[in-house]
Amino acid sequence: MDTLRMHNGDSVAFSTIPVMDYHCFSSLIVEKLSSGTASVRHCVNYFGYPLDEELRLVIAIADDAMHDIEVFSCRVPECAAIQSVAVQVPALSRFEREISENHNITFEGHPWMKPLRTTPDDYPFYSIDDEELHEVGVGPIHAGVIEPGHFRFICSGEKVLNLEIMLGYQHRGIERLFLKKKRLIERSVLAESIAGDTAVSHSVAFASLYESLCGFKASEAALWARTLASELERIAIHTGDLSAICGDVAYQLGSAVYGRLRTPIINFMQQWCGNRLGKSCIRPFYTPYPFTAEIAQILLTTLTVYERDFVEMGKKISHFPSVLSRLEHTGIVTLDQVSEIGAVGMTARASGLERDIRSSHPYLLYGNIDHRPILKHHGDVYSRTQIRKEEVLQSVGYIRDMLENVPDFGIETAITRGVAGAAADKADTSANAAAAVGANSAAVNLGHAVAPGMFAISLAEGWRGEICHCAITDSQGEIALYKIKDPSFHNWTALELAVRGNEISDFPICNKSFNLSYCGHDL
Amino acid sequence: MIDTFKILFHQGKQYIPDVTKAKVPGIFRGRPVISNEKVDLQALVGICPTGAISEGATTVAGSVGSNCAKSSLPAQTASEGLSIDLGKCLFCGECERCFPRKIHFTQDYKIATNNRNNLIVREGEDTPIHFDDTLRRPEISRLFRHSLKLRQVSAAGDNSCEWELGATGNVNFDMGRFGIEFVASPRHADGIVITGPISKNMSRALQICYDAVPAPKIIVLAGTDAISGGIFSCSVAENDHICADMLNNDVCSGSRELDRSFLETHTVDLFLPGNPAHPLTIINGLLELTRF
Ligand code: SF4
Repeated sequence: MDTLRMHNGDSVAFSTIPVMDYHCFSSLIVEKLSSGTASVRHCVNYFGYPLDEELRLVIAIADDAMHDIEVFSCRVPECAAIQSVAVQVPALSRFEREISENHNITFEGHPWMKPLRTTPDDYPFYSIDDEELHEVGVGPIHAGVIEPGHFRFICSGEKVLNLEIMLGYQHRGIERLFLKKKRLIERSVLAESIAGDTAVSHSVAFASLYESLCGFKASEAALWARTLASELERIAIHTGDLSAICGDVAYQLGSAVYGRLRTPIINFMQQWCGNRLGKSCIRPFYTPYPFTAEIAQILLTTLTVYERDFVEMGKKISHFPSVLSRLEHTGIVTLDQVSEIGAVGMTARASGLERDIRSSHPYLLYGNIDHRPILKHHGDVYSRTQIRKEEVLQSVGYIRDMLENVPDFGIETAITRGVAGAAADKADTSANAAAAVGANSAAVNLGHAVAPGMFAISLAEGWRGEICHCAITDSQGEIALYKIKDPSFHNWTALELAVRGNEISDFPICNKSFNLSYCGHDL
Repeated sequence: MIDTFKILFHQGKQYIPDVTKAKVPGIFRGRPVISNEKVDLQALVGICPTGAISEGATTVAGSVGSNCAKSSLPAQTASEGLSIDLGKCLFCGECERCFPRKIHFTQDYKIATNNRNNLIVREGEDTPIHFDDTLRRPEISRLFRHSLKLRQVSAAGDNSCEWELGATGNVNFDMGRFGIEFVASPRHADGIVITGPISKNMSRALQICYDAVPAPKIIVLAGTDAISGGIFSCSVAENDHICADMLNNDVCSGSRELDRSFLETHTVDLFLPGNPAHPLTIINGLLELTRF
């Protein structure tokens, strides 16, 4: 059976996606994703879409070797009972749980069918009946200033035998809100709120998807700004994480220095777009805050000072025995494990699995950059620390190169001002009136119309890893389905595996080394 | 050893000497000023993603209550003209970008207050956001002026306000110098700081955490999402009756996954607007609350 092959950022008529019966569908999935091929192919999204009193299951599998994405689907009756493939393809376990929770589908033979984003009192935690073991429950509220989730450890003395993570506390129903809120600005701020620490990369994924649905091609200048912002976000958060990792092993100097180094980078974001996390920096169709020569100079100066101190601190850490002894051999996830669970991004790369959308499915200007992903091979906390240090310097290099050719934003800004101004001028056909009736009018979308009957997919490599946004539009050009997949969706399982066999006191440092998103998972 | 000294030397002194007077770099969207310029008001109002801009007589809907706009707080009627409710504003900058002569966001980051109504900025006004002395509780300054320990509760926050709350303790902002710190347990805390629009799934944990804090205690809402629900709440046009129905049928424009009832039954001591709230907004707000 043929699949539909599309590229990152494409949109196609929904009707062109091959439809098969569930039996063919599931065998094809197993064929594509069975372990031998797992390193080239992985599932970027798998979801249900209610259509004509049936459920359409759609899967998107990225093929890193062919640089494209295979999409195919099947029809199942509402509330059907179907055979799970999670045993053959463990990476799909969470996707099946989501489909089951959202659409009342029973996956027979699923080994771990538990709630995903609901938080019932009688959550069926895994337990071992043994007098010598004890359980430790942590959360939903944790000791630090972080988001909520419940961690249930089974320990033998100090040693962790099993960790189970129950999420869902952060569930805000954000995918549904993408359908309800029809104005572009509403959807833009929603995209920025999926995970506030990844506001830029989620906005990039949203903007590419939305523009592709409207048949709009972003200008070179806009793509340049988005690429730059993505790399700045990576630098800022990686630096903050290095500070937190040092903090968790009680290395105050490292914590203070990296903590301080993050500040000029996020303050630069504020100088550019008015927000330290880059919210409002990226919007579909226009660049709200153009990049000027003056701003470029500020960034160059900032990076020069930053880089010297960053390198200096990095050297110190990699030779400091009391830090190394906490980081090395702690929280190991093996290459086999990351491949099996479908881990993405930095987590996968730290265990030797090359998975990076910037090189495998290039978007923005990454095609010109010739990005070579950095790989580490031990899969321990130290690998995840080292990879951050090296990725930061790699990003600094990219930004330096980009700053040699700052594009001209002049014309583009004039145009967007014109559009916004024109929309504002048409007094009575204001965006508000249009939004009130829910019309997908030009005023709401800055003059662009979403094409009807489409399926669009967009991938972006956030600092945690691969982000995937998908949308389906109905016959009126309204968004009928919006699906978001944060890298944390895959990677939470990696944390569960990493702490096995470690002391429970090393949990915080393991957790920090992944720094996964709760809200990005819970949506 | 030498390299440690070198690092220390390069680190230098990083703290901001006076956090009450520090300047923020570049563009910063703090307290807005609305000019008297004549513009197409309907278009301007229609730009805002959260209905923070209103025209004519402004009333503060008690949006802290349910996730739908609801009038449980005394409604305040103001003069003519436009107003921006910082409790709803996401500081997205769209209104300023499209109407730069009408709306200008200043660098004034001292936008915290203890009275929800004071978050409304009206046309032609260029005065600081102020605290309401009648709402001050004397025990707060008596007990907490030199030491305030807070328990943070993220209730569906998107990790941006959590991030900035964390930043208040770093070497730059160094809130610890005022004796204000975040602690691991509510049993060690003098109050809670809530971030996020408060999901149903976090509502019970929030209540349990609050109950565990010994009295007297304070409640702080950090960020626009916590104050009004932000983009997750219903639009202003829907009143509470319609909304209750709408929520059940899920035609309400807001998220049905929120439960903001905690805020209906508890009095909030401090509102810290922002998306996320800036560390200087947070520190100055907490200082103003405890040291007067
Ligand atoms: S900046 Fe605030 S008031 Fe202006 S449009 Fe955005 S949310 Fe509305």
